[in-house]
Amino acid sequence: MDINAIITAVKAGERLALARLLTQVENDSFEGRAVLDALFSHAGRAHLVGVTGSPGTGKSSLVNQLAKSFRHPADGQPEATVAIVAVDPSSPFTGGAILGDRVRMRDLSGDPGIFIRSMASRGALGGLARSTAAVTQVLDAAGFDIILIETVGAGQSEVDIARLAHTTVVVEAPGMGDDIQAIKAGILEVADILVINKADQPGVEATERALKTNLELAHPEKMEFCSAFGLSLGTFEPKAMWLPPVLRTIAPEGSGVGAVAAAIRQHGNYLRETGEWRLREAARLDSELYHLLQATLMFHWQETIAQGEFEVVFQQLLARQISPQQAVTRLLEGMVTPWQQHG
Amino acid sequence: MEPKIRVLIAKPGLDGHDRGAKVVARALRDAGMEVIYTGLRQTPEMVAEAALQEDVDVVGLSILSGAHMGLVPRVMELLRANGQEDVHVFVGGIIPEEDVPALLAMGVMAVYGPGTVSDTYITDIRKAVLGQSAAA
Repeated sequence: MDINAIITAVKAGERLALARLLTQVENDSFEGRAVLDALFSHAGRAHLVGVTGSPGTGKSSLVNQLAKSFRHPADGQPEATVAIVAVDPSSPFTGGAILGDRVRMRDLSGDPGIFIRSMASRGALGGLARSTAAVTQVLDAAGFDIILIETVGAGQSEVDIARLAHTTVVVEAPGMGDDIQAIKAGILEVADILVINKADQPGVEATERALKTNLELAHPEKMEFCSAFGLSLGTFEPKAMWLPPVLRTIAPEGSGVGAVAAAIRQHGNYLRETGEWRLREAARLDSELYHLLQATLMFHWQETIAQGEFEVVFQQLLARQISPQQAVTRLLEGMVTPWQQHG
Repeated sequence: MEPKIRVLIAKPGLDGHDRGAKVVARALRDAGMEVIYTGLRQTPEMVAEAALQEDVDVVGLSILSGAHMGLVPRVMELLRANGQEDVHVFVGGIIPEEDVPALLAMGVMAVYGPGTVSDTYITDIRKAVLGQSAAA
C-alpha cells in the first residue's frame, strides 16, 4: 500500500488504517519502517504516561479510570483524547501470550476518543515490548493527546518505561513488603507519581509512610541525570524540583483517580516549564538510538557470519575448549567493521 | 519467523460461564498465538471494536446462552461494516446441531462443541490464517 495514503488515513483518524499500521510496526515490517520514518516528524506532541507496578496492584483498573478522567475531566480541564498501550508478557517457551488488560477497560468501549491496543512483550525483559516506543510514536502522530502505557507486571528492575514516558506512575498496593523494599534501587526511583491503589485494604498507612520516608531521602540523582546527557543545568531550575506525590486510590470505584489525573497534568506542565521535557526527550531518543544501533549491528553480524560457523564455535564452547569470551572473539573475526576498513 | 497469529476470544451476551473461553485462550497461547481476552458480557459492538483496535486475524465467540442466532450475525455484520470481512470467526459453546449450517452460511469458519480437542481448532486457525501449507 502507498505510504502517503496510510499516513493520510491515520492522520484523518481512520481506525482500521491505524490498527493495521500498528501491526506492521509491531512486526517491524518493511512497510512499517517506511511509515515510521515518514511519521517521525509528525510525532512529539503527545504526553506519554507510563503506568507500572507489580502484577495485581491494579494497573489496568487504574488506567481505565484515568482514561475516563481525561475524557471527562471534573475539574474544568479540556477533555483529551487517550490512547492506551497495554503490554502483557509472552511465554518464553511458546511465544504465545494472553493479553488480558482489556478485561478491566470495558467502560471505555464505544468512545471514539479512545483507542486501546494490547501488545505482547515478545521476549523483551524491561517491562515493554521492543516495538512499544514505535507504537506510541504512531499513536502520537495519529493525534492522541495522552498515551497511557501500561507495562508488564513489573518487579524491581523493569525500568524501561521511565525512558519512554514523560511521566511515570508507579502503582503499589498495601502489604507488598517492608520498608527495606522501599529503599531498594530500581522501580521506585523512576516514579514521578506514586499511587497506593487498593487503599481500602489494611496496611495502607504503613505503605504510605515507607514510601514517603524514602522519597524525602531521594534528591541528588536528578543532577546526574542532566550531566549524563551533557545537558546544561542552566535551563533547569533546581529549586523547582518535582517531588513525587504519594496518592491513594481505590480504582474500581474511581476514588482518588481525579487527583492522579491532576498530578499527571501538573507533572506535564512542570516538565515543560523547567525544560525537563526536552531532557527526557533527549534521554529517550538517546536510548532508542542505542537500542536500534545494537539491533542493526547484530543483524549485520548475522549477515556476515559463515554458514555453520556459530554451531562450530558453540560446540567448542560447550566442550569447554574455549571460554565464552574467546567464542565472541572467534565469532567476530570475520566481521568487517568500519574501523578495520580504515585502519 | 512466521507472523504472530492474533486471536480475540470474546464472550458476547449474558451468560456468566467463561471456563470454556479461558481453556481455549490458554490452548491458543500454548500454540504460540497472542490471545486478547476481553472478559464476560460483551455486546457485539464491544467485540467488533476490540477486534478492530487489536487488528486480530481471528475472533472466537463463546456463547452458552442460546442467543447465538442473534449475536453471531450482528458481530459478523459489524466486522464487515468496519472493513474487517477478512477476519476469521469461530464459535464455541452450546450450539444445537441444527443451527450449525446457518452459522456456517453466515461466514463462520467453524463451530466447536463441548469436548472438542484443542488440536482441532489450533490446526483450523493456522490453516485459515497462514494457508494450508503452514498448518502441519
